[in-house]
Amino acid sequence: MSAETQAPAAETSNGAVAVARAAVVSWKAPIAFGVFALLALVLFVLNPRAEAETGFRLSTGRDFIQIPDLIVPAFVTGVIVTIALFAIALWSAILVRQRRKTPLWVVIVFAVLFMVGFLAWAAAGETVPVPGLLIGTVSLSVPLIFGAMAGVISERGGVVNIAIEGQLLSGAFTSALIASVTNNPYLGLLGAAIAGLLVSFVLGAFAVKYFVDQIIVGVVLNVLVIGLTSFLYSKVLQADAATLNSPERFARIDIPVLSGIPIIGPVLFSQTIIVYVMYVAVAVIAFALFKTRWGLRLRSVGEHPTAADTVGINVAATRFWNVSLGGAIAGFGGAYFTLGSVGAFQKEMTAGMGFIALAAVIFGKWHPVKATLAALLFGFATNLKNVLGVIGSPVPSEFMLMLPYIVTVFAVAGLVGVSRAPAADGKPYIKS
Amino acid sequence: MSEQTEVVTQPEPAPEQRDRTVEQSSRWQQAMRDIVGGSAMISVLAVLLALIAGGILIAVTDARVQQTAGYFFARPGDMLAAIWNAVSKAYLALFRGSIYNFARDDVGSALTSLTDTLVFATPLIAAGLGVGLGFRAGLFNIGGRGQMIMAAAAAGWVGFSFNLPPVIHVIVAVAAGLIAGGIWGGIVGLLKAKTGAHEVIVTIMLNFVALYFLMYMLRTPGLLQAPGGNTPKTPPMEPTAIFPPLFPGHNVHWGFLTAIAATVYVWWLLNRSSMGFQFRAVGINPNAARTAGMSVSSVYIWTMTISGALCGLAGVNQVLGTVTSGFSSGIDAGIGFDAITVALLGRSRPWGIFAAGLLFGAFKAGGFTMQAAAQVPVDIVLVVQSLIVLFIAAPPLVRAIFRLPTPGTAPRRRVRASDRRAEKGAAA
Repeated sequence: MSAETQAPAAETSNGAVAVARAAVVSWKAPIAFGVFALLALVLFVLNPRAEAETGFRLSTGRDFIQIPDLIVPAFVTGVIVTIALFAIALWSAILVRQRRKTPLWVVIVFAVLFMVGFLAWAAAGETVPVPGLLIGTVSLSVPLIFGAMAGVISERGGVVNIAIEGQLLSGAFTSALIASVTNNPYLGLLGAAIAGLLVSFVLGAFAVKYFVDQIIVGVVLNVLVIGLTSFLYSKVLQADAATLNSPERFARIDIPVLSGIPIIGPVLFSQTIIVYVMYVAVAVIAFALFKTRWGLRLRSVGEHPTAADTVGINVAATRFWNVSLGGAIAGFGGAYFTLGSVGAFQKEMTAGMGFIALAAVIFGKWHPVKATLAALLFGFATNLKNVLGVIGSPVPSEFMLMLPYIVTVFAVAGLVGVSRAPAADGKPYIKS
Repeated sequence: MSEQTEVVTQPEPAPEQRDRTVEQSSRWQQAMRDIVGGSAMISVLAVLLALIAGGILIAVTDARVQQTAGYFFARPGDMLAAIWNAVSKAYLALFRGSIYNFARDDVGSALTSLTDTLVFATPLIAAGLGVGLGFRAGLFNIGGRGQMIMAAAAAGWVGFSFNLPPVIHVIVAVAAGLIAGGIWGGIVGLLKAKTGAHEVIVTIMLNFVALYFLMYMLRTPGLLQAPGGNTPKTPPMEPTAIFPPLFPGHNVHWGFLTAIAATVYVWWLLNRSSMGFQFRAVGINPNAARTAGMSVSSVYIWTMTISGALCGLAGVNQVLGTVTSGFSSGIDAGIGFDAITVALLGRSRPWGIFAAGLLFGAFKAGGFTMQAAAQVPVDIVLVVQSLIVLFIAAPPLVRAIFRLPTPGTAPRRRVRASDRRAEKGAAA
């Protein structure tokens, strides 16, 4: 009786939610644009800086063509950017009224314009080293992107991977140890992938075989890896750091011709082998996930395991091996901490990067390319804080660091765009 | 992601199976089987397994053991003795640092170890209760860190910048901390209830936001930075705002009593109040609770608010009881994450969490003694702690290792025999 009376009520409430959400979705872009445009108005136009000019350094010493520093008037740039931002917001609103979507490139143009205006305002009286800003962005994003790929593969298959942090850290530790002992950084890379694989074996075994809550296993695995690596670091690595914790770092490889292009060259084509592997990995995963049999099967066990099982896909095995693959990728990325940037292992050196990678997965809507863009955005925010810390900024650096996290909260709350997880993400599949 | 975060669910035996067992085996045998295979036994064995694993780690990394391993086949006794020495020395130090320091002369100072354990256990219990309360309502609060930080900031600010009479000052500071923690947790509940944002992601993100916010306040004069100082650190608390010690000469303070009070409150809330009933109902099945007329949204909001306030109590205890000389950004000391393991070990039951908090408090207190006396890095505590939870989270694994029976089932041979008999009966 009560079920009968409840059912229609539930239906209408669901319908109302659906309608409301559809309306919100379509208006989100112009509202977000409007908010940022207002922010630009308040900062760049109503609070102009005392210094008149901002410089943008565009070239490094090794480029074919040397472009002179670009000097722009700070206030006028701010005004022009603000007007442009309002124009985009208005255009987006008109598009929405015509029931059309705001294309992705408009969002990117808006973001770039806002950043130019912000830099012109924040760095007034100084020179912004643009190549340095972007090189740092890429180098901070590398472990994030590898971690995000691990998260995308694992979650597309229906297993929540909170253990990215642990996988990165285990990769960093193992690569430093193996590369130091064997004097061969390539073996270190291999060891890093295997370490990440082992961590995800535990995750896979507990989540897929024993049906333990995946989030709990992930959190506990992070603690376990932090404890193990810190223990072994204090007890073993520190005792003999010269032989055990001084890996040879990868040298930068300049790709001929391409590395000489101004701005893009030094940023993208003068990197270590890990970064080049990353380009390939993102491209391959993005292709394979949507165009191959492997990708279709992976997505099917993540969206509807019962249906996948019915057509003969082994759900448990598919999940287990793809979680393992993700772990190996994250472990590989962890090697970047030791073999790519710092050069030696330190306690808890991943410092929450795994969680930012997780945020990138969600912000990137479980899509490899969008997750990569999100990771780059987070890397940019972190590096912007470093660069502005050097040249001095009117905005406290901590607020810049907060930005990726706040943006992610908005993203999961559905204010930036709908972020829908794979339907069976986090749900164990118990075959009956 | 899964709505149900109730971790360790025992598979309910099918009724006919249970009837059959009662018929076949005597009641005593059945009781023994349930005790040996039951959840309490699993917890004890999980702790044991984790300690053994920790022992292996200590032995493998010990220099003397590695040395003697070189000639193991010539004189195996040497290596076994070295292993025994290394492991027993470490675990004895753990015991000395956490329960009773038999190296001291009088009982009072020997018990300092035990009271230190209580000091470490206090925030673990408080935050563990917060996380456990979330579990009971089907919510996973990983945001203990952020809630502790916000509470510590609020309580600390009241603690050093106000001038109030003794008792009132403590109460105001505690209240400020609880409110700050509650708000920081309540935001998560609100977002979950109104937009469906997953609480795991939001709490992780808010942890970082809180951390950076604290760092900003710590280096900004006029907010939390000590006047005249350049370091990101607060001034010391006013003496009127500090929890007084429970026993003279020991570190344990009145904060421990707040942990006991919080345990009693959560027990009352979950087991005796109608609000707690709704929490549990939503935790078991939100759709059924909604059908029964409960407001799932308000349960999410209230659970996260109370959970945040309890984690906040942990932060308050840190600044008003343990680190009273002014704090910096590491004030949470990883307790927000440790609390998850505490709640899991305590199976989200208030008194279970209390016991688990005491155990992990003992590990923490003893860990530092172990590091000093046996040169075993304190990080081993993290390893043991996480292994305990891993083992507890997978009862089938522990049962498989110790070949324990699954509670509520008959021995396999008998089931088979009775099955055969049943089949025969059906055939006939």
